[in-house]
Amino acid sequence: MPQAKSLFRSFFEWFGELGIFAGRVARTAFVPPWEGRELLAQLDEIGSRSFPLVALAGAATGVVLSLQIRDSLTRFGGKALLPAVIVFSLMKETGPMITALVVSGRVGAGIAAQLGSMRVTEQIDAMEVSAVNPYKYLAATRVFACTAMLPLLTLAANFCGIIFGWIAATLVEPVSLRLFVHDGFKDATFSDFLPPLFKTAVFGLIIGLIASFQGMRTRGGTEGVGRSTTGSVVLCSLFVILADVVMVRLILVFFTG
Amino acid sequence: MNMTTTKRLTDIPRPTPAVAQIKAPTTEEHPEPQVSVRGLKKSFSGNAVLNGIDLSLAPGETIAILGRSGTGKSVFLKLVIGLQLPDAGSIRVHGSEIPDLSIRELNEVRKSVGFLFQQAALYDSLTVEENVAFPLRRHTQMSESERRDRVRDLLSSVGMEEHLEKLPSEISGGMQKRVGLARALALEPDVLLLDEPTAGLDPITAAEIGTLIAGLKKRRETSAIVVTHDVHASREFADRFVVLDQGAIIAEGSLKELSRSSNDFIVRFLQGCK
Repeated sequence: MPQAKSLFRSFFEWFGELGIFAGRVARTAFVPPWEGRELLAQLDEIGSRSFPLVALAGAATGVVLSLQIRDSLTRFGGKALLPAVIVFSLMKETGPMITALVVSGRVGAGIAAQLGSMRVTEQIDAMEVSAVNPYKYLAATRVFACTAMLPLLTLAANFCGIIFGWIAATLVEPVSLRLFVHDGFKDATFSDFLPPLFKTAVFGLIIGLIASFQGMRTRGGTEGVGRSTTGSVVLCSLFVILADVVMVRLILVFFTG
Repeated sequence: MNMTTTKRLTDIPRPTPAVAQIKAPTTEEHPEPQVSVRGLKKSFSGNAVLNGIDLSLAPGETIAILGRSGTGKSVFLKLVIGLQLPDAGSIRVHGSEIPDLSIRELNEVRKSVGFLFQQAALYDSLTVEENVAFPLRRHTQMSESERRDRVRDLLSSVGMEEHLEKLPSEISGGMQKRVGLARALALEPDVLLLDEPTAGLDPITAAEIGTLIAGLKKRRETSAIVVTHDVHASREFADRFVVLDQGAIIAEGSLKELSRSSNDFIVRFLQGCK
C-alpha cells in the first residue's frame, strides 16, 4: 500500500513538473533573442534526418494496407474501393500515427539522450552561467522543431504510402497511377485532410515537450541518461496514442457534417 | 583507504573556529566587495552542507577554498552564481542580491562572472573554437572576424591555439580545463569562480594551470574564488586560503598562517597535500 501511494504521488509530481517545465518553455519561446541558428539545426535534425525512416515506414504501411485490404474488399465485393480505402486510411489515421511513433522512437530518444548527457556533464549548467537560458536555447527550439516538422513528415509518409500502395496494387492487378490517385481522392475534402494534419502538430508538441523534459530532469550519470531515454520513448509513444483518442473524438465532433 | 583510516578521518572532532584570521579588506579600502556572502546555509535531504558561511571577495583578490571532498565547496560556487538557491543567508555579487534576482537580472550579473566547472563542461557538439566563441556570439555585437581574433587570443593565452578545430572528446582533460578557462574569460569577467581547476591532472599540468591562473590574475586583475584540494598549485595564485569543514569556515589566512595552526584537521590536510 505505501508503495502504491508513493507511485501515485510520483505520477502526479511528474505531471506537475511537466506543467512547470511547459510553462517555462512557453514563457521563453516568444521573447527575443530568437535562437535561429539552433532552430535551423533542430529542424534539420528532426525533419530531414527523420525523413528516410518516416518515408520507409510510410511506404511499408502503404504496401501492407494494399495487400491486406485488397483481400478483404475482394471478399465483400468492394475491390473498386481499394484506392480510396488506402488514401483515407493513410491520411486520417495510419500515416499520422506511424509517423508519430517513428519520430517518438528516433527523435524522442535522441533529444532525451542528448539533453540528459548535457545535464549530467554540467553542460546545461555551463549554459546557464554563460547567461543563456537553456529552456529557450535547448528546449523551446526542439519543441518548436518537432511541432513544425511532424505535419511535413506525415505528408511525406502519406505520399510514400500512397505510391507504394499503388505499386503493390498494380503488381497484383495493373492499374494506372493516375486512375489510382483519381479514385483515391475523388471523395476527399479538406476536412478529411487538414484536421489529421493538425493532429500531427499536436503529436509533435507532445514528443518535443516530453523528450526535452525527460532529458533536462536527468539525474544519476550515464545510468540516469539511459533511464531518461527509455522513459522518453515510452512516454512519448503512450501520450501520442492517448492524445490520438482525444483528437479523433474532437475531429469527429467538429469536422464531421 | 583502509577502515582504520576511514574511522580516524571521520572521527575528527569539529575544529575550533578561525585559527588564523586575516581581516578582509575594509569598506574604506574597497567600498563594495565583488562577492559578499553572509550566513549562507544550504542542506540536501536534511543534511546541512553549508552551515552559516561568511566570506567577502575584494576586487583583485584571489581566495582558495580548501576542504575535503563533499564539504560543500562546489555547492558554494553554484550558490554564488545562482545555479542553486540557498536555504538561508545573503549572497551579493557586485552588490546584487543573487537569490532575489529575476532570471533576466541574474543573467546580467552572470555576464560579469566567469565560471570553470570541475570537468570543464565543454559543449561536446561544438569545437574548441565554437565553445569559446559561444558566449561572445550570444552577448556581444562582434563581427565574425573580430570574434575569431578574440577567440584565438583567448586560446593562445591558455596555450590552446593549435587545437581550434578539435572536439572536446579529442583533447585531454587538462586541455579541456584550459579551454574551459578560456571560455570563462571570454566576456572579460570581473570575477572568476573556478571549481577544482587542477583536479585529476598530472602534477606538471596542474602546475601549468596554477601558473596560468596566476598570470591571468596579474594581467587582468580579476578577483577569483578557487575551490581546490591542491595547496601546492594554489600557492601560486591565492592571496588568502579558506578552510571549509563540516559546512563551516574553520580557518582563513595565508598558507604560512595555516601551517602554524595546531588544529588537527588543518594539520592533517596540509600534511596530506605535501
